[in-house]
Amino acid sequence: MTSLKETPSQTAGPYVHIGLAPGAAGFDIYETELGQDIAGPEAKGQRIRIEGQVLDGTGAPLKDVLLEVWQANAKGIYAHRETPQPEGKPQQVEAGFRGWGRVISDFDTGDWQFETVKPGPVHGRGGQMMAPHINLWIVARGINVGLNTRLYFEEEHEANGNDPVLKLIEQTARRSTLLARRQGQADTDTAETPLVYRFDIHLQGPDETVFFDI
Amino acid sequence: MTPPDYFSRDRRWHPPAFTPDYKTSVSRSPRLPLLSLENTASEITGPTFAPTDIAECDNDLLTNFARDGGSPVGERILLHGRVLDENARPVPNTLVEIWQANASGRYRHKKDGYLGALDPNFGGCGRVLTDDNGAYAFRTVKPGAYPWRNGINDWRPAHIHVSVFGSAFAQRLITQLYFEGDPLIARCPIVSTIPDPVAVQQLIARLDMNETRPLDLIAYRFDIVLRGRRSTMFENRMEGN
Repeated sequence: MTSLKETPSQTAGPYVHIGLAPGAAGFDIYETELGQDIAGPEAKGQRIRIEGQVLDGTGAPLKDVLLEVWQANAKGIYAHRETPQPEGKPQQVEAGFRGWGRVISDFDTGDWQFETVKPGPVHGRGGQMMAPHINLWIVARGINVGLNTRLYFEEEHEANGNDPVLKLIEQTARRSTLLARRQGQADTDTAETPLVYRFDIHLQGPDETVFFDI
Repeated sequence: MTPPDYFSRDRRWHPPAFTPDYKTSVSRSPRLPLLSLENTASEITGPTFAPTDIAECDNDLLTNFARDGGSPVGERILLHGRVLDENARPVPNTLVEIWQANASGRYRHKKDGYLGALDPNFGGCGRVLTDDNGAYAFRTVKPGAYPWRNGINDWRPAHIHVSVFGSAFAQRLITQLYFEGDPLIARCPIVSTIPDPVAVQQLIARLDMNETRPLDLIAYRFDIVLRGRRSTMFENRMEGN
């Protein structure tokens, strides 16, 4: 059997937008930019908006970061042929649901945000359920290999408490680095009005986010 | 049956996060160990793309931004290769995206203020889906070297950024390709984040005279390897074995 080595990673650099979001670089070239709509208009479930920053070791926000989002729909189904089929019959995502998106930060403030639907719990290994989560991949100038992490939802106390990935984090205080915090009032909970969450990612320092080797 | 896991990433082959000679990494590198996860559905699934997502001319950087029959300045090249996995199997229908500076080393980006001239006929990005054999190709111009604020006299070798998806989120990769024979490669602090010189060789596109088109363009070959995955157990034919 032939065995090759994976191509080594290199930083995406400060001009990643040219390749992956050219509109943000300041020019129009493609008919469609990819990754602009994560859930699509047909997706069922609670609409949510995530707001945040990626912060460096000095506490300064990265103004040139790009994140990719990968998530299941509200029923815990990924838009992929290898998604678990819990009911034994093939389940499909809603038309237009990709579960994938690209998010870039504002060049002046480092703020970023994205809108989607809240994912459902996903089948994990050995029949365990994983709490609702969004997978994130982070690239930027100065990041040599893209960073993987997950965003969980703070109000999912029971599911988070049983989540096999959160439970792997030995330093229990660090588990909270993966929790998105609800903003605003609970009485705005309707499927049409997005719930707003705050999720900041710390690349280093006392609040360093838990990153994964997947 | 559980789908097979992807091979774990060889972190000694990739650059470490903290590489002080590449200064920006100092404040942007996690200092605590990564948490090792076994693959779940969240890692073995990933976004997929169809021909409807892109246009046919998106992989031709000689024409995809050019005005009225114009053409970018610079050395015309064909950049081609295959996307394979670590078992040397082709990765078909996967999205490959590239971006680069123009022949004078200037990026078409509102944040690039380098002295090099912008080229009105060159955007600097392209994208394509691999075919059934994992093959891809772009037409473009060879990018120029340019200075950057790391050391006071640091220059990036000519390079093209490459983004590849593969079939799973676990395979997501961004890298840069360099050109055979460039003396700046050995002096580049970003190239040197990779500890193993053999791994660096894997990022160097090779002159390919067989695909070079006489009186038209020079070809370079660059194969990309994504993570492989273990065999499916208990099948008559053991995949990859």
